[in-house]
Amino acid sequence: MNGTEKGTGNGESAFTTRLVALVRKETRQMLRDRSNLAVGLLLPVALILLFGFGLSFDVRHAPIALIMQDRSEGAREIVSGLRGSAYLDPVDVETMEEASRMLRDGRVDAIVQIPSDFARRQVKGGAQIQLILNGVDSTTAQTLEAYVQGAVATAMARQADRGGVVSPGGSVMLMTRTWFNEEGNSRWYLVPGLVVLIMTLVGAFLSSLLIAREWERGTLESLFVTPVQPLELVLAKLAPYIVVGLIDLAMCLLAAVFLFGVPIRGSLLAIVVVSILYLLVSLLVGLLISGVTRNQFAASQVALLISFMPALMLSGFIFDLRNIPIAVRIVAEFLPATHFMGVIKTLFLAGTDWGMVASNSAILIGYILVFTFLTRRTLRKRLD
Amino acid sequence: MSTAAAPSDAVGDLTVACEGLRKVFNGPDGKPFDAVHDLSFSLRAGTISALVGPDGAGKTTLMRMLTGLLKADGGTLKVLGIDVAAHPQAVQDRISYMPQRFGLYEDLSVQENLDLYADLHGVPQDVRAERFKRMLEMTDMARFTGRAAGNLSGGMKQKLGLACTLVRVPDLLLLDEPSVGVDPLSRRDLWEIIEQLIESDGLSVLVSTAYMDEAERCDEVLVMDHGRLLAQDTPTEITARARGLTYLASPAPGTPARDLQARLIDAPDRVIDAVPRGGAVRFIRQPDTPVERLGDLLQGRPVEERGEELEDAFMLLLRQHNAGGKPDAIHEAASQDALVSPAAPDQTEGENVIHVRDLVRRFGDFTAVANTSFDVRRGEIFGLLGPNGAGKTTTFRMLCGLLPATSGTLEVAGVNLRRARAEARRRIGYVAQKFSLYANISVRENLEFFGGAYGLRGPALKQRVQTIVEQFGLDPAATSGALPHGYRQRLAMAAGLVHEPEILFLDEPTSGIDPLARRAFWRTITSLSQSGVTVIVTTHFMEEAEYCDRIAIQDAGHMLALGTPQEVREQAGGDSVDDMNEAFIAIVEQGRAHDAEEKTAA
Repeated sequence: MNGTEKGTGNGESAFTTRLVALVRKETRQMLRDRSNLAVGLLLPVALILLFGFGLSFDVRHAPIALIMQDRSEGAREIVSGLRGSAYLDPVDVETMEEASRMLRDGRVDAIVQIPSDFARRQVKGGAQIQLILNGVDSTTAQTLEAYVQGAVATAMARQADRGGVVSPGGSVMLMTRTWFNEEGNSRWYLVPGLVVLIMTLVGAFLSSLLIAREWERGTLESLFVTPVQPLELVLAKLAPYIVVGLIDLAMCLLAAVFLFGVPIRGSLLAIVVVSILYLLVSLLVGLLISGVTRNQFAASQVALLISFMPALMLSGFIFDLRNIPIAVRIVAEFLPATHFMGVIKTLFLAGTDWGMVASNSAILIGYILVFTFLTRRTLRKRLD
Repeated sequence: MSTAAAPSDAVGDLTVACEGLRKVFNGPDGKPFDAVHDLSFSLRAGTISALVGPDGAGKTTLMRMLTGLLKADGGTLKVLGIDVAAHPQAVQDRISYMPQRFGLYEDLSVQENLDLYADLHGVPQDVRAERFKRMLEMTDMARFTGRAAGNLSGGMKQKLGLACTLVRVPDLLLLDEPSVGVDPLSRRDLWEIIEQLIESDGLSVLVSTAYMDEAERCDEVLVMDHGRLLAQDTPTEITARARGLTYLASPAPGTPARDLQARLIDAPDRVIDAVPRGGAVRFIRQPDTPVERLGDLLQGRPVEERGEELEDAFMLLLRQHNAGGKPDAIHEAASQDALVSPAAPDQTEGENVIHVRDLVRRFGDFTAVANTSFDVRRGEIFGLLGPNGAGKTTTFRMLCGLLPATSGTLEVAGVNLRRARAEARRRIGYVAQKFSLYANISVRENLEFFGGAYGLRGPALKQRVQTIVEQFGLDPAATSGALPHGYRQRLAMAAGLVHEPEILFLDEPTSGIDPLARRAFWRTITSLSQSGVTVIVTTHFMEEAEYCDRIAIQDAGHMLALGTPQEVREQAGGDSVDDMNEAFIAIVEQGRAHDAEEKTAA
């Protein structure tokens, strides 16, 4: 054999050779690990179906007590609006006492009272309908509020159409919270958020195993003593999982449009670009956890705890961030998921707000840079 | 060895030069200790050097510092003339390193593993083809290139690891215990490959090993213990240190060599080391004790001088180094063993406690154990030997009632295992290969748990735990996981004995423990056997077969040899073979040749 063989070869081409070799290795490992692949491709399907069909805040056939103290045409129009709703089952009740007893006993979820001066005030403007909700189940209460408001508004609009009494006060009850979700359909609200959850799960959970597994199996020690660079390891580990993430994203978008009929009002390109940025953040969080814990079990637990759970609870997926305490809100603001959640919901339901897309993308890119730097440090070629 | 091929940008002709090298770790008790202490040495290019020393000597730590994976806490270290701490990558570009557990990707095939490492090292395609061909030929793995690395046997994995390490010709090759956990046949193959490559590529090599016969093949030997370098010299010079101290004693006819060995090793102030070998006992006397003063130990048995070997010198160095320090393991164990009820020689000779006839175990259409028959007598030490994948573990698990047999008769302690497994289990103790005790609770709590699991309770349990703690010299309050390796081994054995079983099963009890701890371990086994406990043991260390009354050698599920160590050696090729290692290799090869003949005949 002849003398000196420089392992590094010359600069860029050696870098490419190593990167290609590592990407090939990671891809093969991913494809051969059935259980990991199942988590990557089947779990998102399960989540789409579970959250899309199973988790719905919609309330159907909710019994409400109806006290009609005014039987004018306007009042009857409203009652027929309530009766026509698939979500509500009005029960006629004579007195308030009886109605409140029913509410307390849980036989009805709400009380709607149309006061005796309804017709009179409708003419003057400032007509009122009293809605009493059971605050014990606040989510149902909010939903019911939206339904009743929706039904009342529809009735008003119909009345106006027919050239009946045009009531300036009638529209007071329309609230901004149902702006993008006229039907009060929670699926529209949940499905875009599902993209966030699935990107988080696929990213953080799967990648949290990658570095830890190499520590556990002792493969890193051999790898370190080659000309390989830490950054190459990070990039190679990201590559195959970006493909998995893109497949999941496609599944989410197709399901959103064709299965759940959620509109995509913003730019599809913007959705894809922002999703890829968030996917990278999520994968890097997983890798960082993996590199720090060096233990697959711990890494997967930590990944669930600090990425998936907060994405579920604090990103605005379920709970409106404006209503949470300031301390929790500060935490939420630090979550990459929160920034992605905001922009993706807007892109789905409201349209493209390029300013928002740009600023949130900038935040996500910031996270990508920070996490890449930190992950690279966990792969410094040292054992101590 | 030629130095021509070594590139000479290294300063002088040194591959490694270190001065006052130091590395501090935190011990299991939280106190820092020097894993490598004030180490100064250099290695010349074009030579092969062996690094030997017991567990915890600092061999792996030193290797990792040489590769730049660990940073020294003091001193200077230059590899190939480069300061490793400052430019680890520059060193890594020129060395090849095979860690103890080589990082094969088990889900990648043999070829894919080779390709990966060749790509990472930037081996050009034209060089690669020729190199791979040669590597696959040498490792005899050309047939398996498509097989997943995870499906290779232990020996094959090591060979593949070596091939991946040597996808290119490095300026310095570092091998960390390449033959650990590898059976003698694979070990021999591995060394043939290494030597061929040294020959053809003119490699400079540093290899750490637990085997003295491997160290003997090297140009130079470095002996380490507790982070210190005890000696660096040629094997011949080191061996010479034991000159005139080595003897061979024959035991009384009809008594096992291990009884005489036990007497000798129990007198550490006069005897440095004693091991049974070839039916006799090899021992080393302390330099200041003339052999005449050993009369009471030898009890008139004939003694002759024998030529010194590297292993003798190694034991001498270790004992001398440890003399001043902490109480040594063997002596301690031996004194504790006085508590084991004393020997009742040749008691109940001939009573079989294990009776195996035509035992078969199949997994699908793969026969792991084929038609195996043997008996074990009460109080015997019975060794089960064989290469990796021979069926030892399967046989062992069937004997313990952990795995049902496909067919055949299996009686343990007079109980048919196929019918009354639970009953049989109460009479046996089992010590698994891995430390399977709860690491975060105390020694006493572990023992009480295992006693409880076997139905002991109340004062009887307390009493029994107390007895066994004293017997094994354990600290009952110590946290089990923080014990040094040798003591963990003892605790595992104590847990297996807490219910006073008639038969003790030990699966590879000495793998991964150093020679001193191994001697202490066998000293305890000898005592147990003297008190009437039957011991069944599997091992990779062929010389340990000498402690056994009878051994069985298995390969590919078949029983190739069964008898006393002497009988097995004779079967292997008469008196000339007094080395158990060679006897083992000869028998396995005869068996395989016979098998091949049968196949071609059919």
